[in-house]
Amino acid sequence: MFIWPLLSVTIFLPLFGSIVILLIREDEKSSNNIKWAALCTSIGTFILSCLIWLFFDSSISSYQLVEKYKWFDDFNFYYHIGVDGISLFMILLSTFLTPFCILASWDSIKKRIKEYMVAFLLLETFMIGMFSSVDILLFYIFFEAVLIPMFIIIGVWGGERRIYASFKFFLYTLLGSVLMLIAIIFIYQYTNIMNIEKLQGNFFPFKVQFWLWLAFFASFAVKIPMWPFHTWLPDAHVEAPTAGSVILAGVLLKMGGYGFIRFSLGMLPLASEFFLPLIYILSIIAIVYTSFVALAQTDIKKLIAYSSVAHMGIVTIGIFVANQQGVEGAMIQMISHGIVSAALFLCVGVIYDRAHSREIAFYGGLVNRMPLYAASFMIFTLASVGLPGTSGFIGEFLTIIGAFKINIYLAFFVASGIILSAVYMLYLYKRIIFGTLTNEKIKDILDLNIREKIIMVSLIAVVLLIGIYPNLFLDPMRLPIETLIENYDNANAK
Amino acid sequence: MIISIVFLPLIGFLYCIFFGKIFGDKSSQIISTLLLFISTMLSWYIFIQYIEIKNTEIYFLFNWITSGSFIVNWAFRVDALTSAMLIVVTTVSFCVHLYSIGYMKSDKSISRFMSYLSLFTFFMLMLVTSDNLLQMFFGWEGVGLTSYLLIGFWNYKESANKAAIKAFIVNRVGDFAFALGIAGIFFIFGSIEFDIIFEKASLFKDHTIYFLGFNFSTINLLCFLLFIGAMGKSAQLGLHTWLPDAMEGPTPVSALIHAATMVTAGVFMVARLSPLFTLADTVNIFITFIGASTAVFAATIALTQNDIKRVIAYSTCSQLGYMFFAAGLGAYNASIFHLTTHGFFKALLFLSAGSVIHAMHHEQDMRKMGGLFYKVPLTATMMWIGSLAIIGFPYLSGYYSKDIILETAFFSSSNIGSYAYFIGIFTALLTAFYSWRLLFLTFHGETRVSKENFVKIHESPLVMLIPLFLLSIGSIFSGVFLSEYFIGSKENEFWNSSVVIFNNHYHMPFSQILLSKVSVSLGILIAVLFYFFRKELAANLASNFNFLYSLSLNKWYVDELYNFLITKPFFALSNILWKNGDKKIIDEYGPNGISRIINAFSSYLSQFQSGYLYHYAFVMLAGLVIILSWFVYF
Repeated sequence: MFIWPLLSVTIFLPLFGSIVILLIREDEKSSNNIKWAALCTSIGTFILSCLIWLFFDSSISSYQLVEKYKWFDDFNFYYHIGVDGISLFMILLSTFLTPFCILASWDSIKKRIKEYMVAFLLLETFMIGMFSSVDILLFYIFFEAVLIPMFIIIGVWGGERRIYASFKFFLYTLLGSVLMLIAIIFIYQYTNIMNIEKLQGNFFPFKVQFWLWLAFFASFAVKIPMWPFHTWLPDAHVEAPTAGSVILAGVLLKMGGYGFIRFSLGMLPLASEFFLPLIYILSIIAIVYTSFVALAQTDIKKLIAYSSVAHMGIVTIGIFVANQQGVEGAMIQMISHGIVSAALFLCVGVIYDRAHSREIAFYGGLVNRMPLYAASFMIFTLASVGLPGTSGFIGEFLTIIGAFKINIYLAFFVASGIILSAVYMLYLYKRIIFGTLTNEKIKDILDLNIREKIIMVSLIAVVLLIGIYPNLFLDPMRLPIETLIENYDNANAK
Repeated sequence: MIISIVFLPLIGFLYCIFFGKIFGDKSSQIISTLLLFISTMLSWYIFIQYIEIKNTEIYFLFNWITSGSFIVNWAFRVDALTSAMLIVVTTVSFCVHLYSIGYMKSDKSISRFMSYLSLFTFFMLMLVTSDNLLQMFFGWEGVGLTSYLLIGFWNYKESANKAAIKAFIVNRVGDFAFALGIAGIFFIFGSIEFDIIFEKASLFKDHTIYFLGFNFSTINLLCFLLFIGAMGKSAQLGLHTWLPDAMEGPTPVSALIHAATMVTAGVFMVARLSPLFTLADTVNIFITFIGASTAVFAATIALTQNDIKRVIAYSTCSQLGYMFFAAGLGAYNASIFHLTTHGFFKALLFLSAGSVIHAMHHEQDMRKMGGLFYKVPLTATMMWIGSLAIIGFPYLSGYYSKDIILETAFFSSSNIGSYAYFIGIFTALLTAFYSWRLLFLTFHGETRVSKENFVKIHESPLVMLIPLFLLSIGSIFSGVFLSEYFIGSKENEFWNSSVVIFNNHYHMPFSQILLSKVSVSLGILIAVLFYFFRKELAANLASNFNFLYSLSLNKWYVDELYNFLITKPFFALSNILWKNGDKKIIDEYGPNGISRIINAFSSYLSQFQSGYLYHYAFVMLAGLVIILSWFVYF
């Protein structure tokens, strides 16, 4: 279809950009060059990914823009990439958020700017690569590689307890990944196929699926994260710099959901069916329990981190109700959460840059000085509580519908998020934004600058776009998900 | 046309938000009010078309969500019910827009206020014109949001912020059930479009669903969930606590949102889904019970409140109860009729109260008023008209709508019908009492305002009086003109099956009519006695029946009860879960525990490398012995 490999170029453009940045001299004067180079690279990548969307054909359920090269001669490993309706939006999410990360770090990162930008661009390459891998080994390599820049970002540019947080993050996720690696090696031994697409269906007997499912679960449940494997997330978020939190919440958590859809649901339908109760129970606990915990937080970032866990609980239920509305709901919820929670972290970043505090009690009455900020924060808060017309509602409601088909209790607990999220988010909003400005330290705080305005306006636009016309996003993912559900049902009907 | 009715307020909102700062507050006021005026005129035009009989029309905008078989469109449905709601919403909203120009004159964020009002109107119009449940839910949550924003409009006030959050969250409890209900309807009927639901409803009459160990009638369960949603929005018993607190918002807001339009959304929803609700026999009993109980419950509280707005707020709650029990008894047209007339006279009461508050420089306590009649004669007249309308004074609007509701209850053969009937009669007495109490405390008798302040009291400007005048026309004449179409001889042609109609044209026996009139007169007489002739009586009564008095004054302690049962445990639990659950259990036994074990284990292992030769020699020897013995014996 293309004379040039669009997908590969998208994947490796950030890598190329980071090499260029390495060549730029680093001193006071040229730090702006570094930032601009990084920004241009990431915007270029975003434009390329939009091209992918443009040329994407929604009437094909299988991978498109496929590139396949033999990698090792004696083994069945390929450099095999492609996009389908499920990975398309994950790629778009990654490329969409990265420019904002760079913009958000424009003034707040003071030391080692070059390395910082390189880390982010590398991260972008790995993320896009991971979502577009068709070969399992390639997937695994990118999946693990993502950890490295993230580990460095938290560990170097993080807050006071950054070492503890980054190690907790790294070890937690690594532990899961090791089990996944074993599973992948087993799959290779067993089938000699490493192609994700070919493995969709029902290749393994139940006993094998059982163990493979658990191994994958270990990795994805930590990543997404599910209760009770979630405690690394609040720590990582709190210590990470703003942009780190944005990518962490925006994209990295989605790797878990993406994995669940591709591997657990797609390859291991029998085991998925068997483990449904486990997933449901853990997800329900996540929704209810973490909502409560979120309410008790005194740190803004921690509160939002916990809310992420609750939202991801809705995603896991949506995936494992395994019907069209459920999985589509989960996908939309992931996209929406990717944007909304990223935006919320950016909002926190805005005031953190100005006042250097993440304590809720430190603020109050910001609306008096920062009306624009208050307005954007309000919109993201509403999207987070799932108000109709915003992106959060579509995902949540589709999931409720999907869950209702399985049983009414499940729907009941998913819907309880409607109340609980409103409680902690509005309470947070009230304490930060409303009231009178009493704290002397922030009485001269300034409203959004032009850079921040650009960020907020673009994010708001997407939030409303998904809320009012979600079909733009639902259309491309319809066929792949239909195929997925069909496979799943066929396997379990036997 | 319907599209412009709905979207003009949205344009007004966008203008105020984006250009209000640039072109000034005046321009926001003018543009948003003007747009609303056009919207109102168009709504009346549509309404008159339906008076002259017109069929249901559906306007398709574009597809909203398509996910498998779940297909939702942005589409508008116009029928008699919608047209009736349109006139209520746009007329009251226009009056309130106009009124706000005067009322909010000295406020510093006028544009923001006007923008919220317009946004609210947009959402409300979306709600009443929607063709499916999800779009209705969009409007439903949207009005909840704007209500939240407007209650907390003066966001420097802690009490306003608290009230705003409370309103949003209590509403969300209802919305939670509503959302589940919508999901359930999709699950059962395979669609959430009204036409399809109504078509299939009768097929599922005997269908049951297994839930909580019982087989429930499906339709009853779904209607129950939907009705919980309606209870939240319409502040019915149990979920009513947010409404009185919502009076923290500016008074025009109370008139528009918390009296005339948003709180009636629950009634509208039940009427809109009347083909479904008529089949839900058990839920209808529940609706009647809740409606009637709310009516009397709220009225008893209104008896003793001292804040002028709170009296009217509880009165709203009580009148909504009337609407619900009418709906529960199947008289959906009567319910909507009362909704319409109530919209006019309650907005009138609120705006008049606002005018008093404006005149008194934001004093709301009636104990500090009195004798204002000659100071604000026009406002006081309007208040009188509103009060006469609410008690059902002959030929004013409330007369028609309240009587038909009582009539319905009287002729309903069920027990719950008789319950509602007697409650209705008794509540009418209470209504008369608190309305006259309000009138006397505010406008008559000797003034309790200090002299220097009394001189400063002035009648409100024209821009505030015109809306009052418009609404008073509605309060006086809407009953006479509309009764024929809503509940009278032309009801079948007018409603044109947009709601299920309770066909009952017997008239109540004279004795019963007399009973209701006597109870109202009695209420007025007692109020006259207490607050005009023998003022010490009220105080005596209060101290003699202290228990009952404080029960009423403290709103039956529902807020305290909820605080104790829900709010406090909620916060306590969240702290416990965080400190014990996350920190102590998961982290201590999870990652930190594992790292501790590994640490301990490795330091234990490192003891083996002691560096002493004899340790190593001993271990080697011991190993050798063990291996040798193994070979020797096995």
